[in-house]
Amino acid sequence: MTTATARVSGPGHSASKTSKNARSRERALAWARRAPLLPALIFLIIVTQLPFVVTLIISFLNWNSLRPDQTGFAGFDNYVQVLTNADLRQAIFTTIVLTVSVVLASLVIGLGLALLLDKKFIGRGLARTLLIAPFLVVPVAAALIWKHALLNPTYGLINGILTWIWSLFGSENAPQPDLLSQAPLMAVIVSLVWQWTPFMMLILLAGLQSRPMDTVEAAQMDGASPWGIFRHLTLPHLRQYLELGGLLGAIYIVQNFDAVFTLTSGGLGTANLPYAIYQTFYFANEYGLASAAGVVVVIGTIIVATFALRTVFSLFKKEAAR
Amino acid sequence: MSTLTPAAPRKSVPGPTALNTGSRRRGKSRMDPTRNNTAAGIAAWLLALLFATPVLWMILTSFHSETDAATNPPSLAANLTLDAYKEFFGASSGVSPWPPLINSATASILSTVLVLVLAIPAAYALSIRPVKKWTDVMFFFLSTKMMPVVAAILPLYLFAKNVGALDNIWFLVLMYTSMNLPIAVWMMRSFLAEVPVEMLEAAQIDGAGLLLTLRKVVAPVAMPGIAATALICFIFSWNELLLARVLTGVMAGTAPVFLTGFVSSQGLFLAKVCAAAVVISLPVLFAGFAAQDKLVQGLSLGAVK
Repeated sequence: MTTATARVSGPGHSASKTSKNARSRERALAWARRAPLLPALIFLIIVTQLPFVVTLIISFLNWNSLRPDQTGFAGFDNYVQVLTNADLRQAIFTTIVLTVSVVLASLVIGLGLALLLDKKFIGRGLARTLLIAPFLVVPVAAALIWKHALLNPTYGLINGILTWIWSLFGSENAPQPDLLSQAPLMAVIVSLVWQWTPFMMLILLAGLQSRPMDTVEAAQMDGASPWGIFRHLTLPHLRQYLELGGLLGAIYIVQNFDAVFTLTSGGLGTANLPYAIYQTFYFANEYGLASAAGVVVVIGTIIVATFALRTVFSLFKKEAAR
Repeated sequence: MSTLTPAAPRKSVPGPTALNTGSRRRGKSRMDPTRNNTAAGIAAWLLALLFATPVLWMILTSFHSETDAATNPPSLAANLTLDAYKEFFGASSGVSPWPPLINSATASILSTVLVLVLAIPAAYALSIRPVKKWTDVMFFFLSTKMMPVVAAILPLYLFAKNVGALDNIWFLVLMYTSMNLPIAVWMMRSFLAEVPVEMLEAAQIDGAGLLLTLRKVVAPVAMPGIAATALICFIFSWNELLLARVLTGVMAGTAPVFLTGFVSSQGLFLAKVCAAAVVISLPVLFAGFAAQDKLVQGLSLGAVK
């Protein structure tokens, strides 16, 4: 780039004029480089950053659209209410339980599946395709299938299979649990683990397949046990993939709305923060309170995201340095 | 990717070893195919079937009559029929699912096109001719994705309400564009970064202009990546519920919003729900399998190859 600048501002100019010209040209070139970036940047700032600033402002207002005459500055009242209101506190707790359990369970199961799929066996491609399928069902559709076709107490598949197994032993009194009302949060967790395990599996499988095999071979020749190889070679190599999968998964699952909305409609202690906020502004019209809860979610996400960014950054640095 | 991979060829004897690592690598894990692998294969297949059961059950039930769909124990061998699909398309109710399906297609396709139009130049300015501090820009993009939708949805809702953009598919198109743009920039950058620098330099030396370079050098390498990015953005838009639920209604309601009509259904409707779920999931299944090769790289924002 600089060579081009030098060539254009060739001889015939006075020294000071040349450098001035060169500088303005450089600036123009820098802007020419930036230009392709600007539409995307400006669009994102307007559509995502600006609304958040407005949310931040509303969070300090006492604003219920049903009582417009009482609108006014509220200070930190909304935040105090987010942390003291039993429903919203419950929602914070549910969000944490939901996110942590879904991420951990789908990572562990995804790791197991990735280790199996890393071996060669008959029909491996088809097995992999079947395992990806849960991730490729529209989330609302998946939640509906869990609610009606699998967990329904009278005709759901799970109770149907229980009836069938019991009948094999001549019993007509198969247990017919109503899992959706007895363990609603568990039902949400299981359906989300089912959907997110393929995601983790794919990332971990890619990690396994990038494992340097000559070290593994050397270890095998030195008589290392399969467990030893897994513990001391595979797992350390997979660490960054586990972190990446876990943190990307966490970003998506913290924001989950579909499963909670469809499976339990937020009832029985399953309302997470996105659902509670939706309820607070859409039905209760508590704009100030909903905004404060939204800001709390962002603060929580920033805490998680700091770790996420660090992980992504370390992978990214390695790639950039290559 | 790994810290060890680049070092491996250096460590080994120069010459044909570099070529060997690939075949040896593949050879190794399959060197003793009899040991462990049968057991692993059986375990993998059992788990694959377990994971696929809800999907397979959904498909099977969608081809059953309503009475056969709601039996306990399940009727696996019941007669197959297309009744549920006819019902889904409004045979007796007269309620057509086409408007929401078309709305979903409009919102997903248009937002994906818009995302590509914005993301390709941005990715170009972040990889092929990078701006200064391009990593900072990358992380700004990523940080916007980390902000939950719920934290911005109320102002967006109020804005749409005041300017009359509520229940308007174009507003949803803009929302989906902003939702997917950060991911698309990240994916696209990783795909464009695969264009070899030597090829770009060679094109420059040969005096190829920008458009020619883009067409002859960049496009052939980046095309599969661009296609995969588009497919993944399409999937995310097609699946989205919260924004569609809040910002649309009767006119611009999307397929997921249509599906929520079944949340508290009563009576004999299971086959119809399954048929609806199958039809509405089909585009995602197709897009997902079409993008399968690049799915991991895309979903991990280019961090995993």
